[in-house]
Amino acid sequence: MDSLIPLFVIIPLGIAFLIPLIWKLIPSVFKYLPATGILFLLVLAFYILIANGNETLIYKVGGWEPVKNVPIGIHLVVDGLAASMLIIINLIGFLAGIYAIPYMKKFTGENYFFVLFSLMVAGMNGVVITGDLFNMFVFLEISVISSYALVAFGSSKDELEASFKYQVLGGIASLLILFALAITYWYTSTLNMSDISHLLKQAPVNKVTIFIQLFLIAGFGLKAALIPFHAWLPDAHSSAPSPISAMLSGVLIKAIGIYALLRLFFNMFRVTYEISIIITLIGVLSMVIGVILAIGQWDMKRLFAYHSISQMGYVIMAAGIAMIILAKGGNRNIAILSLTGGLFHMFNHSVFKGLLFLNAGSVEYATGTRNLKDLGGLSEVLPVTSATSLGASLSISGIPPFNGFFSKLIIIIAAIEGRFYFLALLAVIVSIITLASFMKVQRYAFLDKLKKGGSNIKEVPFLMCFSMIILVILCLVMSLMAIPGIRETFLMPAVNSLISLKM
Amino acid sequence: MLNYILCFVLFLVGLYGVLTRKNIIKIIIGLCIMEYSLNLFFIMIGYIKGGVAPIVDLSSSQNVKYVDPLPQAIVLTAIVIGLATTALLLAIAIKLYKKYKTFDIDKINNLKG
Amino acid sequence: MKGMTSIVKKVSALISGLVFLYGCYIIFHGHLTPGGGFAGGTIIAGSFILLIIANGIQYFRLKKEKEESSLAEGAGILFFLLFAAGGLLLTAHVFFRNFLPYGTPGNLLSAGVIPLYNIFVGIEVAAGLLSIFLAFVIYKKED
Repeated sequence: MDSLIPLFVIIPLGIAFLIPLIWKLIPSVFKYLPATGILFLLVLAFYILIANGNETLIYKVGGWEPVKNVPIGIHLVVDGLAASMLIIINLIGFLAGIYAIPYMKKFTGENYFFVLFSLMVAGMNGVVITGDLFNMFVFLEISVISSYALVAFGSSKDELEASFKYQVLGGIASLLILFALAITYWYTSTLNMSDISHLLKQAPVNKVTIFIQLFLIAGFGLKAALIPFHAWLPDAHSSAPSPISAMLSGVLIKAIGIYALLRLFFNMFRVTYEISIIITLIGVLSMVIGVILAIGQWDMKRLFAYHSISQMGYVIMAAGIAMIILAKGGNRNIAILSLTGGLFHMFNHSVFKGLLFLNAGSVEYATGTRNLKDLGGLSEVLPVTSATSLGASLSISGIPPFNGFFSKLIIIIAAIEGRFYFLALLAVIVSIITLASFMKVQRYAFLDKLKKGGSNIKEVPFLMCFSMIILVILCLVMSLMAIPGIRETFLMPAVNSLISLKM
Repeated sequence: MLNYILCFVLFLVGLYGVLTRKNIIKIIIGLCIMEYSLNLFFIMIGYIKGGVAPIVDLSSSQNVKYVDPLPQAIVLTAIVIGLATTALLLAIAIKLYKKYKTFDIDKINNLKG
Repeated sequence: MKGMTSIVKKVSALISGLVFLYGCYIIFHGHLTPGGGFAGGTIIAGSFILLIIANGIQYFRLKKEKEESSLAEGAGILFFLLFAAGGLLLTAHVFFRNFLPYGTPGNLLSAGVIPLYNIFVGIEVAAGLLSIFLAFVIYKKED
């Protein structure tokens, strides 16, 4: 089992470099290669989570054993949180890869698209399985550079400008992260994450660690598009081709932004009170400002992109509440509950935000426009798209029995029990405003009267419908994860790797 | 100590270039200056007084001090990453010029809101 | 873009062979002296780019050149990956393991599989940089 861990990186990289060599020989089959590889990895990730949920698998690359208890070489570490993130990345990667097969027929240069897509998935897989700081930086750069090229794929005016803004801000973020890494190496002279956590346990919390943590918040906050670092997100996520928007908003901002923040702040550094106040404040601001900016949008994908900021604010606020309670030495169970809600909401958001972006792509494929003022009455001509879009909209607004309701409920209950009444009230108000903006989308796009010339719009091809139907079924099935029996197998290993459940 | 502060000043010079210049090529040059300053900073961390280059030479005497080789490997990788970022930025800049006929970033704001 | 004067053309034709040889030297001795795959690959790419700039782009059939160098880049990295994965399959089930015999340190044929890694990385970097340069030049030519 241990030796299968590098396959998560080998298989997408191998497919990415195989396609330019053989795409002329098998011109219609090479599009299915990335999806097949990612399906195999999805099954493997599921097996790893179910077979050993709470244990940690460690794999030493190159076979370098530790010398006198000092680790040398790169270790690949898969624990509960990494296994859950692997499932989400490969799931959305597989479904977006299937969706892209008919969608990309409208673009030229399809073989480059699948090469970059496989590279992006390889990079994201690498970020979550590695246990070494600089290795994480290298895989982060691989996935982020592929996403810069994918955002600019169609070469229209909007896409190029959005990609340029994304690249400059992303480049500054990577440099800030590298600077924090350099100071960490200077302070501890090792790069292994578990070794650094042992060394920092013995040293008191001092100015150097707070300096490093502030730079890490700035760098990873720019990658995860939290307020005030969000300026690139609406342009980049709305101008990209739709399967790429689903991948960017569904997994990229989580795997390289939120996952890295949680891993470094819970496992590597010790939680301090000042940093946790900063994180909670950023979370609350993202939640509120994201949804206020989202209501006034008339472009469908831009509205969804602003909602991504708001939902990520939920996750960061829940993590911040857990950190405040741990730093002040309060009731551990409330911290565990809050972090459970935050992680559950992160997984749910991948599923329903991916579905929303795929719906927007279907609308654009069928009608050619994304502006809400030009659309109307699409529920008669696009039945699958409008049904799945209704499911996703109810899910993001938090209506039972969809999965968004349960995760938001857990976060609000944890906030009330920890006596953060104002934060719970803000969470409820933001949820109501989210419901209002999605009712606006449903009314203008799907429920009005059909405009002129609209009767010759056909339903989208079968492979695109397949992805959307599977995602909406998952929206309903994932709400079962809140039941105590199933929760122990699927959700608690992730929480256990950040805050240890026994103690 | 002075050399680390000068590295940080170089980083701030690059950041000033990215923030205040209006020409796209000057923004890209500012980003490159920031990368150079970080590579320099990383190399200077590994220096030990009186150390030699970390290559094993069997004919020399024992107890010779080597400088830290790990930052050197890290900086090699970071230079390659910087190269890839710069190449992609320049390709996007060329295509932007073809579409908008100008390099001025004030005139390239089609996306608003 | 026309070429440069005939002095530049003759001198660059003489020098680029030497530059290519120097790049190969840096790649092959990567485990003994500083350098290795990436630095040597950049120098080899430099020798090709020198020829193209000195002689002008009307002189070459650039589209065919670009396709071949893209192919070389893909092949280089694929063989690298195969050798790395070979450690996984053949011996000890460890990825990236050094599975060819070591020699005595200081010889040219030593250190297991590292010289082979250097060669493949050198091919891949040279082909990659040449592809980037050709992509820029072809774009200007079709303006």
